[in-house]
Amino acid sequence: MSELTQLYQESILDHHRRPRNPGCLPDATHSSEGHNPLCGDRVTITARVADARVLGVCCEARGCALCRASGSMLTEAVLGLTLSEVSDLAARFCAAVGAPGARTPATSVEPSDSEQARLGPLLALAEVRNFPSRIRCATLSWDVLRAALGIG
Amino acid sequence: MSMSEGTAALRRDFPALSQHIHGHRLVYLDNAATTQKPQCVIDETVRCYTEYCANVHRGAHTLGARASAAYDGARAAVQRLLAAEHVDEIVFFGGCTAAINFVARAWGDEHVGPGDEVCVSELEHHSNLLPWQELCKRRGARLRVIPIDERGELRLDVYAEWLSPRTKLVAVAHVSNALGTVNPVAEMIRLAHGVGARVLVDGAQAVSRQPVDVCALDCDFYAFSGHKLYGPFGIGALYARRELLAGMPPVATGGGMVEQVESERSSFASAPQRFEAGTPNLAGASGLGCAIGYVERVGLNAIMAHDRALVAHARRALARQPGVQLIGTADDALGVVSFVVEGIHPHDLSTVLDQAGVAIRAGHHCAQLVMRHFDVLATVRASFALYNDESDVDALVLGLAQARAVFGA
Repeated sequence: MSELTQLYQESILDHHRRPRNPGCLPDATHSSEGHNPLCGDRVTITARVADARVLGVCCEARGCALCRASGSMLTEAVLGLTLSEVSDLAARFCAAVGAPGARTPATSVEPSDSEQARLGPLLALAEVRNFPSRIRCATLSWDVLRAALGIG
Repeated sequence: MSMSEGTAALRRDFPALSQHIHGHRLVYLDNAATTQKPQCVIDETVRCYTEYCANVHRGAHTLGARASAAYDGARAAVQRLLAAEHVDEIVFFGGCTAAINFVARAWGDEHVGPGDEVCVSELEHHSNLLPWQELCKRRGARLRVIPIDERGELRLDVYAEWLSPRTKLVAVAHVSNALGTVNPVAEMIRLAHGVGARVLVDGAQAVSRQPVDVCALDCDFYAFSGHKLYGPFGIGALYARRELLAGMPPVATGGGMVEQVESERSSFASAPQRFEAGTPNLAGASGLGCAIGYVERVGLNAIMAHDRALVAHARRALARQPGVQLIGTADDALGVVSFVVEGIHPHDLSTVLDQAGVAIRAGHHCAQLVMRHFDVLATVRASFALYNDESDVDALVLGLAQARAVFGA
């Protein structure tokens, strides 16, 4: 059970049960929707951006615990960031969870101390790198966010 | 080994099943996706590459003769499996999907036209849905999807009502890969023939679980894959009535399927060679022939009875678990139990079960119409083979309890 409790940490289960910023942002300027054809999970992200800064973001995720938690954590992590900061964080996150083709080389080793500090609460999801079939669950909402904001 | 000696003895025929996964005995319950392979099939594949690796029906040397004999023997094994009248009614393909696509092209393009109708069911695997969608688009025909009821059984009343002289083809699964429903194909074929329609039966989930007799069914086409029948990947077969094959053009052309070749035109060999252009998958066919021999020795009647009892047991055991909702409760079901658990997504449950050594499938099972019918994005699917027994269902139920502990559901 130890790998499981590492994967499904309390903070992840908490975000899964009580997603932050669910639904759709009423005054959104940007939005996108994506799904995982393997399991049918669906994520919709709506955001309000002004002066290249994220002023509001909501994530509606219909899917597994990891998908829902990742989308919920994302909304807290990117609020107030500039678009380039969001882009940087998304790349770091995807690398940390071992996403194939992530900009920073994907590794199966733990993120460094400085990287851990940069990721903050998102670090809880890094354990999915040991569950390859679940990596997409963690990255889906980030891909949808990047598509919504039109950033690489 | 036979069924009466017990599943533990049968399991020993399958080397993959002796593995341990995360420290637990592998409990393999994803057989609707692919079955494990018995040692004899693995050995036959190796024997092909070590003893008779030559091109089929070409070389006059000894290895060539062995290769041709092995390939012909495999075709005869498929004829036996399906109880087909003639061996030349059996055509090898890369799998069930390739076989169905072939029928859509070689028969469908010739016989389905504007205003005609093709009938499929809401239960279909995408491989028996998309080729017909595409055919109807190409030919300006109408695709009609027979609905299912709340138990996952086909609405035969709707089907009977829809059949008309416009219906040119009915394409239906023998056994549903998502729910396990056994469709009343004999009755459906009788009704279809009454309006002059042809019937293709997708036997991917059926041939490993019950005896099939294409003559008794009176079906026109019957397709299946080897890898879901304890055989190798990359091989499958199509049964088609002799008179239908005689009128069908080749879809792929090339070596091994010709009579005379001239620069401007060529004449083609007769069936089945006409449809098997290129060097055939000899190792696949030999392995499939061997797999058919294996299930014949175990006995398909015994396998069917065992499978049906296991489905009933699994349904009872799962229905007792808190929060479990069975998806698909057809009276006649084989091989598959599909369910959802309140508060636990199938994907999460799959990960927890894997940690306990239990391999199931979470997802839409390439049957998105079924998922939509039951208004779920995905289900958990446990699917059985001849080597599974009640202890495997117990392991599944135990894993379910662990998942509830993780998720507090």
